[in-house]
Amino acid sequence: MSATSLVPNQGGAAETWTLPSRGRIAMYSLIIGESAIFTIFVVAYIFYIGKSLYGPTPRQVLEIPVIATICLLSSSFTIWLSERALERNKIKAFGAFWALTLVLGVIFLVYTGIEWQDLIYHKGLTISTNLFGTTFYSLVGLHATHVVFGLIGLTTVLIFTLLGKVREEHSERIQVLALYWHFVDAVWVVVFTVVYILGR
Amino acid sequence: MADQTFPIGGTLDLTPPRIAKKTFLEWLLEWATTVDHKRLGLLYIVLAIVFLLVGGAEAILIRIQLAFPNNHFLAPDTFNRLFTMHGTTMVFLMGMPLVFGFANYIVPLQIGARDMAFPRLNALSFWLTAFGGLMLYYSFIGGSGLYGVGNAPDVTWWAYAPLTSRAFSPGHGVDYWALSLIITGIGTLGGAINIIATVISMRCKGMTLLRMPLFAWLMLVVSGLLLITITPLTAAQVMLTIDRYLGGHFFDTQAGGSAVVWMHFFWIFGHPEVYVLVFPAFAIANEVIPVFSRKPIFGYPAMVAASVGIAFISLGVWAHHMFTVGMTSVDNAFFVLSTELVGVPTGIKIFNWLATMWGGKIRFKTPMLFLTGFLFQFLIAGLTGIILSIAPFDWQLHNSYFVIAHFHYMLVGAIVFAVFGGLYYWYPKVTGRMMSEKLGKWHFWLMLIGFHVTFDTMHFVGLMGMPRSIYTYEADRGWAHLNMIISIGGFVQAIAVLIFAYNLFWSYYKGKEAGNDPWDAWTLEWSTASPPPVYNFAVEPEVRSRRPLWDIKHPEDPDWSYE
Repeated sequence: MSATSLVPNQGGAAETWTLPSRGRIAMYSLIIGESAIFTIFVVAYIFYIGKSLYGPTPRQVLEIPVIATICLLSSSFTIWLSERALERNKIKAFGAFWALTLVLGVIFLVYTGIEWQDLIYHKGLTISTNLFGTTFYSLVGLHATHVVFGLIGLTTVLIFTLLGKVREEHSERIQVLALYWHFVDAVWVVVFTVVYILGR
Repeated sequence: MADQTFPIGGTLDLTPPRIAKKTFLEWLLEWATTVDHKRLGLLYIVLAIVFLLVGGAEAILIRIQLAFPNNHFLAPDTFNRLFTMHGTTMVFLMGMPLVFGFANYIVPLQIGARDMAFPRLNALSFWLTAFGGLMLYYSFIGGSGLYGVGNAPDVTWWAYAPLTSRAFSPGHGVDYWALSLIITGIGTLGGAINIIATVISMRCKGMTLLRMPLFAWLMLVVSGLLLITITPLTAAQVMLTIDRYLGGHFFDTQAGGSAVVWMHFFWIFGHPEVYVLVFPAFAIANEVIPVFSRKPIFGYPAMVAASVGIAFISLGVWAHHMFTVGMTSVDNAFFVLSTELVGVPTGIKIFNWLATMWGGKIRFKTPMLFLTGFLFQFLIAGLTGIILSIAPFDWQLHNSYFVIAHFHYMLVGAIVFAVFGGLYYWYPKVTGRMMSEKLGKWHFWLMLIGFHVTFDTMHFVGLMGMPRSIYTYEADRGWAHLNMIISIGGFVQAIAVLIFAYNLFWSYYKGKEAGNDPWDAWTLEWSTASPPPVYNFAVEPEVRSRRPLWDIKHPEDPDWSYE
């Protein structure tokens, strides 16, 4: 079986034929799609600000989640540190920063849980109370759902790291997952601005 | 398999395969667990054809009901369910699976890849789409739910609030509708991501973006458009589900919510969706018209730019579905102008196809017949679209049969015609046999006649004031004869489609052997065997121009000297 190629190889460009990584392209595509979902929820939130016919209003019940926000935003920094550590083949440093990222994400989620419990049981705001409740729980809940999916991904990688299966060659896959985490953080900046600053 | 017509040596592994007789269950398991892009592509297309027949049957029932004035062939609530299911089926379960079916089968072959970028994601996307469709149809028996009333959804396919709220739509029909569209939507998102990653990251050596076949280009553009088109629908359906199940107030006007917001969200999805459906038709035209005109496509870069332009403009035209809602005149003017702007890149495409045919040595085989029909019907559909985009005209004809005639001209006259052409064109590649030309010509001419009898006439009853979605009408309105003609045309089309379905089966067993390249075509899928082996190409191809097979067949005059 002769292996003649389709056209005689003329050298030059074909020798250095490289294409972008499919993982990165897919993650960027997913992020574009997810951004559209968030856009619709954010637009609905902004459109319905102040349109509730009865209380409670955001100013009465919402408190700015400073600590949770600091935790989530700094987790973007720690995950970047761990990406860099893996590129330089420092597996221990990678694992440490990765675990720190996970802890920061969990703190954020726990804080959201506490906030919701306070809102539901003490301040009487549920998803069906008024229009504000509906838009608030769906937008913040949509983001929290993304945090949960991110944490599942982070935990999976952490387990593999503890089992000693993560090596330098996995750097690119790790970076694709980290892209998602950066996206979740970036969306929080928008959600935070809209819900706790503009809407309050 | 080693016949003389191979244009390329080395694309096939000629070791004889070990042949073992499979039991039915083994065969079934193989198809159910497959991750091969060709099999998944076929599954998508089979799914689409099944739902085409189902949705077509619903259309026929609707036409029987409307053929006579004061008719009671169907009960009124059944009629509402049928037109809801007809619309939803044709858009989500026929149109979208066709996009992915064609893209799955053809794109990896055209770009010289062995499979899609993510084969397992591909299988997941297909099964989500298929089960989403099953779930929608399960509503016929499972829709009564807690309240003991209701059935399939009966809220039209755009499902305006507040008709969809629990107060006006008890039962679970609307829930099945929303959930099944969320599920097929996730499948669609997965499919779109997969196509983008495949086209960008899996091209064979030498295939730069501007040497890529236009079919693959169109699929890249449509997938990009889907990323930001299908997701707003998913978001809106989640909101609707929150309203219905958790007592939310997004579209609840009594708690400050807005029904118009639903309309915006739905059409932000709904209008680009029309372009999502028509892009595969463009893609097929870009392959079939040059091959059967024996000329390379005219104005390749302009075609690429026009496709991207259409996708971009289509994102800013949605509110032309809402002129009668009562927007400000500034809003109306914006959406009139943006909608008319789509005519520019679309016109470029039509002129380029005509210029490709101009002076060509046209072979009117069945695929080319369908694509010629596509070209002229698409033009008329576009022209009535421009008419309807003018707000004052739309105020007169909104929700009339004129609108129905316009978008069926697009969906049937353009998209379905092009898809039939594409199926005739690639059938020999998929099965190794030609489809019967004789049955194909019967199919084409009956379809053409039936189509024009139905949808040309529909414009006139629309102009005479017949509104859409009505159950029946009085005899003295003067619509009776025209409605009868429309229904007769519907039956002619149904016969044509049944001939096509018969042709699919007949040719599979009795069709002429096709060989690898029956149409003397130029793109890479024709360089491998028919049907293609599981691995597509034993040796990764390498290309130097837009028509690699032309270069092989005409080494004295290769394309790359001109590009």
